[in-house]
Amino acid sequence: MGYFLFFLLAILTVGAVLGMIISKNQAYSALFLILAFACMGGLFALLEAPFIAVVQIIIYAGAIMVLFIFVIMMINVRYGIPAEKKKWTIYLSLVLAVVLVIELILSIKGAFTLPVSTAIIKAGPTDLGRLLFTKYLYPFEITSILIIAALVGAIVLVKKKEKE
Amino acid sequence: MIPPNYFLILSVVLFVLGAIAFFVKKDLITMFMSIEIMLNAANLAFITLARSAKSADGQIIVFFIITVAAAEAAVGLAIILLIFRQKKTIKSEDIKLMKG
Repeated sequence: MGYFLFFLLAILTVGAVLGMIISKNQAYSALFLILAFACMGGLFALLEAPFIAVVQIIIYAGAIMVLFIFVIMMINVRYGIPAEKKKWTIYLSLVLAVVLVIELILSIKGAFTLPVSTAIIKAGPTDLGRLLFTKYLYPFEITSILIIAALVGAIVLVKKKEKE
Repeated sequence: MIPPNYFLILSVVLFVLGAIAFFVKKDLITMFMSIEIMLNAANLAFITLARSAKSADGQIIVFFIITVAAAEAAVGLAIILLIFRQKKTIKSEDIKLMKG
């Protein structure tokens, strides 16, 4: 059952990402990406991280992608992507992608021999919250400052200048 | 119990797909989305290794990555909106102010 779910979700994720790459319409790309993020939430749940799975679906597939879709609707560019792309760059990028895959797999090969753990890790909301407010208190506070700075920065950037 | 190899290889594949998308696509919004794919691939690797190490620390890191990604999305989309207002385009080829 676990294997079936894994392969289903993995194929859906990779397929959705490929659809995002192939699709010429930005709105379709964003919708494909929502599918990919939702499937990744399922993968996180398979990995015994239920809280992260829920956060992934609510924040990524919900909030961040809604932001993207808002901007796509505001911009709403109606141009076809020109077909006369230089073909050789695409083939070159495919070759480089294969090289990159091999390189990354070689670099994580050490992790392949890790034993399959059967112990259940404590990763419920309670445990994560306790870790967040004890061991990781400083990173947590710094992240909150980062969020405030990003919010203020985004508002200041997009605000229309008042005419004097 | 699914071995961690499968998840790690899936994470590599997703990362490379994101990298390809970043270089192949021509509009800024889709390029930005491919950055999110790469961040998610990293998240998947973190959670896989957290399970192998039997600790919840990896999940906390993922928590921070998601938060930083949200901040990044807000600022990045604001910048894209600003570029669109000034140049009336979001194709990366048309933005060559720094090219001299």
